[in-house]
Amino acid sequence: MKVCLPTPLLSYTGQREVEARGASLDEVLDDLDRQYPGLRFRVIDEQGRLRRHMRFFVNGVAVFERATPLLPGDELVLVQALSGG
Amino acid sequence: MNQNTLLLVATRKGAWLLHGDAARRTWRVDGPHFLGHIIQHLVLDPRDGRTLLAAASTGHLGPTIFRSTDLGRSWTEATRPPAFPSREDGTGRSVDHTFWLTPGHASEPGVWYAGTSPQGLFRSEDGGQTWAPFSSINQDPRYLEWMGSAQDGTPDGPKLHSIIVDPRDARHLYFAMSSGGVHESTDGGASFKPLVQGLEVVQGFDPTLLSFHDPHCVRLCPSRPDRLYQQNHCGIYRLDRPSDTWVRIGRAMPAEVGDDGFNMVVHPRDADTAWVLPMDGSSVWPRTSVDGRPAVYVTRDAGASWQRQDSGLPPQAWWTVKRQAMCADAGTPLGLYFGTTSGELWASTDEGAHWQSIVSHLPEIYAVEAAHPA
Repeated sequence: MKVCLPTPLLSYTGQREVEARGASLDEVLDDLDRQYPGLRFRVIDEQGRLRRHMRFFVNGVAVFERATPLLPGDELVLVQALSGG
Repeated sequence: MNQNTLLLVATRKGAWLLHGDAARRTWRVDGPHFLGHIIQHLVLDPRDGRTLLAAASTGHLGPTIFRSTDLGRSWTEATRPPAFPSREDGTGRSVDHTFWLTPGHASEPGVWYAGTSPQGLFRSEDGGQTWAPFSSINQDPRYLEWMGSAQDGTPDGPKLHSIIVDPRDARHLYFAMSSGGVHESTDGGASFKPLVQGLEVVQGFDPTLLSFHDPHCVRLCPSRPDRLYQQNHCGIYRLDRPSDTWVRIGRAMPAEVGDDGFNMVVHPRDADTAWVLPMDGSSVWPRTSVDGRPAVYVTRDAGASWQRQDSGLPPQAWWTVKRQAMCADAGTPLGLYFGTTSGELWASTDEGAHWQSIVSHLPEIYAVEAAHPA
C-alpha cells in the first residue's frame, strides 16, 4: 500500500511516498523499518506507544491502535503536528 | 604548544563544531549539523580522538544517537538507541531523550555510558552503535521511587547525568539524578548505593529521602580522583574520598550572590581549583545571573574562598547557562568556555581572568564540550 510520510522522516526514505506491506498498522511499520532501519523507533516508542505529535490516518480517518487492520489498497498517512517551534 | 581545541556545541536546533587554532584565537565554525534536531550532548571519544557521539531527538521524532568517526564529516545512526525494556502490562517507561554521554574507561575502548530522561542508565560496548540498559537501577523499585515522576524532575524532564568513570578503576562509577541524588558503584555497576550524606535539600523536606535530592552537576578531579565537586540545587559541595560526607563549600561564596547554579568545572591539573557560574535561585528561581550581572567564580583553595571573574562579560545580561554548557580544555593556561541560552559562546584563555564572545546568534545552547582531536 501507499504510505505518505512527513518531512522529518525523509532522512530515512528519501521520498514522501513509499510502498509497504502488512495486514495491520503494526505490520506495515515493521515493513517500513525493514526497508528503512531505525524509522519505527523514531515514530513508536519502546512500549509500543505512538510518539507525541505523530498521528496516523487510514483513508483519511485517524487511527490510534497498532492492531488496526489494513487492506492492500488502503492509503496510510503519517502526519506530524506541532513541535516545530 | 597547545593542541588544537575542538568545541562541541549542542543546541536546541542542531550542533556546531568550532575548530580552534593552537593559540585558541581563531575559530572555524562547522555547522549546523542536524539542523532542527534537539541535540542534548555532543562528545568526542578521548580514546581515539575522532569518534563523536550526538544525543538527538526532534519535536516529533523519538530519541536516537548519531555517530561519526571522521569528526562530523559523516554520521550514521545507532542501530539500537537507548530504550527501556518493553512491558506488556503498560507500565513500561519510554526514553524521551538521551541527556548525557560519557566515554568509558581508557582500558575499555568502545564502551560508552548514557543517561536519559526519564532517568535511565545505558551502556554501549561497540562505540555507540547499540545500547542496552545497564545495571539494575532502571528496574530497581527503590531507584524508581527515588526517581519520582515527571512532576519531580527538571522542566523538560527528570534526568540521569554526571556519569563518571574513575580513571584509576573502570569498575568505580558515579552518576547523579535530578531528582534522585548521587550514587556510586564499586563493582562495575552490578550495584549502586546513594552518596548524599551532607547534601542539603529544599528547606522543610527530609534529606534522608533521595527523591528530594537534586544534584545539578558532579565532576571528578582528574589530578586527584578521590576529590569530587558538585553544584547542587542547594549549594556547592566538595567530597574527598574515602569520606562519604559532602562539605558545603558554597558557604564561602559572597552572600549576595549565593551558591545556586547549574555548572561545575574542575581544573584538570589542579584539584584545588574549580569554577561555577552562579544563577539566581531566589523568589521564583529566575536562574539568570544575580542582578543580571554575569560572572564566573573561581576557587583556588578547594572552596575555602571564591573570587569573581567577570572581565569582558557584559555588565547586564539575562541569560542562563545550563549544566552541560560550561567546560575546560586541557591547554596551558587552561581555557574555559560556556554557552548561553541566548546562543552565545564565551571563552577565556587565561583561566577565567578575561572573557570574550567567540560566537553569537546560535540557538539555545544546551551543552559545550572542549576536546582535543587526534
